[in-house]
Amino acid sequence: MNNNNLYKYILGIADNTLILGQRLGELCGHGPSLETDIACTNISLDMLGQARNYFQYAAKLKGKNYTEDDIAFLRKEHEYLNVLLVEQPNTDFAYIITRQFLFDVYHLLFLNSLKNSNDLTLSAIANKSIKEVSYHYRFSSDWIKRLGDGTEESHQRIQKAIDDLWTYTDELFHQTEGDKTMINEGIGVDTLKLKEEYYKRVNEILQEATLNVPESKYFQKGGKDGIHTEHLGFLLADLQYMQRTYPNMQW
Amino acid sequence: MTELLEQHIDKKLIPILNQVSDPEIPVLTILDMGVVRSAIIEGDEVIVKITPTYSGCPAMDVIGDDIITAFKKEGYKAKVELILSPAWTTDWITDNGRKALEDYGIASPLDAQADKEVLLENKKLVKCTNCGSTNTRLVSQFGSTACKALFKCDDCQEPFDYFKCLK
Repeated sequence: MNNNNLYKYILGIADNTLILGQRLGELCGHGPSLETDIACTNISLDMLGQARNYFQYAAKLKGKNYTEDDIAFLRKEHEYLNVLLVEQPNTDFAYIITRQFLFDVYHLLFLNSLKNSNDLTLSAIANKSIKEVSYHYRFSSDWIKRLGDGTEESHQRIQKAIDDLWTYTDELFHQTEGDKTMINEGIGVDTLKLKEEYYKRVNEILQEATLNVPESKYFQKGGKDGIHTEHLGFLLADLQYMQRTYPNMQW
Repeated sequence: MTELLEQHIDKKLIPILNQVSDPEIPVLTILDMGVVRSAIIEGDEVIVKITPTYSGCPAMDVIGDDIITAFKKEGYKAKVELILSPAWTTDWITDNGRKALEDYGIASPLDAQADKEVLLENKKLVKCTNCGSTNTRLVSQFGSTACKALFKCDDCQEPFDYFKCLK
């Protein structure tokens, strides 16, 4: 087995949770209410914990003296392999909830398949994470319904967020050449098989929330190949600040 | 990352492990919490395997250090390993641990079905740790730490934590 394929595959999964975790972490002390602030940072903590599990495994594969921190903090922008959805900014609470919801539905389906991976470490991390992600999904889908079926203002704003972020949903199922190799080896998740169920679940919640399902067929992709939106650079400047300013500093 | 289906703890080591508790819930020892999956003596070294409650639980690093310190005091050299499979569940909290939680003011986890009902606010089942009433409601699914939800009693008006079911 080619270790580099597995290494990159792990990074793809880990970067999704790292970057979304960082985005949610930005809300610490800035959430719209105390309860939502705590909820978002709780979810952030879960996601960073999951990212650490993946990065520790990736560091072991990389060997030499690699640590989880090297991988998390010291890559360049185009070396991050997360999907574009998770790096989108915290425009307002409607965007935060929509981004979370669109990712959570995918994340649950993805982990449910990753549980059956031939790779025992990935399967163990998936089994652990899925319990946490069930709570994330409950939180985000609840808020989609509350905002959609809330006031005129909340309805209009959450609809706008859904219309805007919809363009990033298709990339969740995009497969790189490396992904395909991993699927063939029984390690990776065949995301194409999740697509139908994903849109079915998303549509159900949106309908319950009295929201329109966007009809646009124009989708963005690139993150999984390291081509990102302008937002990632700014996020990384924040995330990497300490390691870049004080190289090799330890907490 | 090895898989460890059965708990395996050397009886001799139990009193030492009992000295270590969760830094965020000090009344709960790590044995009562069920995070110690194995503790054995190999040669001149004690090997302790622990499993995290939540992936991002910051208490795990502290617990690891505390275990090493506790064994050092008793003249042992200890090594702590983190294992992920099988994943921790609230079922592993002992009866002793559940009682300690309640006494401390944290409602202990209900079974999975009941937990779902209370977090979806369909039923009132969580008992107030102050007055015992079940006339309680969910304030937030996420509380002061990853493992807890925030509740309020509508009889005595006291807010309290509920330890979420994780299965």
